[in-house]
Amino acid sequence: MTQYQTQLKEQFMRIAVASGKGGTGKTFLSVNLAKYLSQFRPIVLADLDVEEPNSGLFLKGELIAQEDRARMIPQWIPEPCTLCRECQYNCNFNAIIQAKNQIMIFPQLCHSCYACADLCPENALRMVPQKMGVLSRYRIDNLCFIEARLNIGEEMATPMIAQAIDYLDKNFSPDILQILDSPPGTSCPVIEAVKKADFVILITEPTPFGLHDLTLAVDTMKKLHKDFAVVINRYNLGNKDVEDYCAEDNIPIITRIANDRRIAELYSAGQLVYDKVDHFSKALGDIIDFLSLKTTVK
Amino acid sequence: MKIAISAQETGWNAPVDPRFGRAQYFVVIDDTTGEISYIDNRANANAGHGAGPNTASLIADNDINVVITGNGPGGNAARVLATMGIGVFVGASGTVRQAYEDYKAGKLMRQ
Repeated sequence: MTQYQTQLKEQFMRIAVASGKGGTGKTFLSVNLAKYLSQFRPIVLADLDVEEPNSGLFLKGELIAQEDRARMIPQWIPEPCTLCRECQYNCNFNAIIQAKNQIMIFPQLCHSCYACADLCPENALRMVPQKMGVLSRYRIDNLCFIEARLNIGEEMATPMIAQAIDYLDKNFSPDILQILDSPPGTSCPVIEAVKKADFVILITEPTPFGLHDLTLAVDTMKKLHKDFAVVINRYNLGNKDVEDYCAEDNIPIITRIANDRRIAELYSAGQLVYDKVDHFSKALGDIIDFLSLKTTVK
Repeated sequence: MKIAISAQETGWNAPVDPRFGRAQYFVVIDDTTGEISYIDNRANANAGHGAGPNTASLIADNDINVVITGNGPGGNAARVLATMGIGVFVGASGTVRQAYEDYKAGKLMRQ
């Protein structure tokens, strides 16, 4: 009979895996860390890279629930409209304009702020739901996997990410560890994905591009007042500049994952690596120790 | 008929701005009276989002019949212009005068 020890409050319960540069190993680390930890404790993995969620490629689980997600956009009701242009003036994103005798709406630009509808003196705009994506929930033993997937053609990732985090808040008790596979870059989608995280792992590679985008990601995390540390993937490639930068800026490097052809081969075949490559299992152990994540099985 | 040419300045000798939504000005030529005027688009040119549709709205408000520009408006702006029945000609370059002459000579492409 196994019992899980959970340590409350004093440990990080929501950990985001982010990067500046794309392709440095966010999904690789997220799925493997989640699966590794799920041997010891219940865990939630959420793929918030909604434009191209691919954590699911590595996890074959049972679909538990699936629901459409919508965002609200305005719809024009011509009859009461006096063409006063108030809506166009109030929209900060130029998503609604008056062109002569009609009101035109651009859903791709709309941020669902309701200003146009709420401030319309004639109630000539109503907010209506527009489907933007699908939220799926899978179970793989002790691991609960949430995938947020934006519909093809949808331009705005942020509302879908916000709804996925809202789903996590509502459906899981705060003492279950959550790992968030975040989108790349440093723009709105990343900020949405990490803003409610307790800790951010920035995964990078020791190349000039890796360093350049890491510095942007570090600046972003500092502005957001986030606790964060770095994991260097594909270690032994490139140069020492990432390490020098981290040392200079007092940024902890949690671990270094060696560049290894076997990892690439397994990963490209859609396989998990945590239990197949020893040095990588050890690197995951470093992360768990660094974050004091309990893995004790009594 | 009123023709609007996206430009970086005002007047016949102003250089054409190849961009539609982020052009600073539109030089307006009334081809029946030969009168020349301009639309100040600087507020839209510097907008963070949605410069295109707002510029198109301004063009519609000024009763423009034809827009001449370089690269052509993006999807949102094109939707407004098409809805308003405003013709769009692309491929303009050089000065406003040059662009107008090219348009008259049928050298610009209708979008």
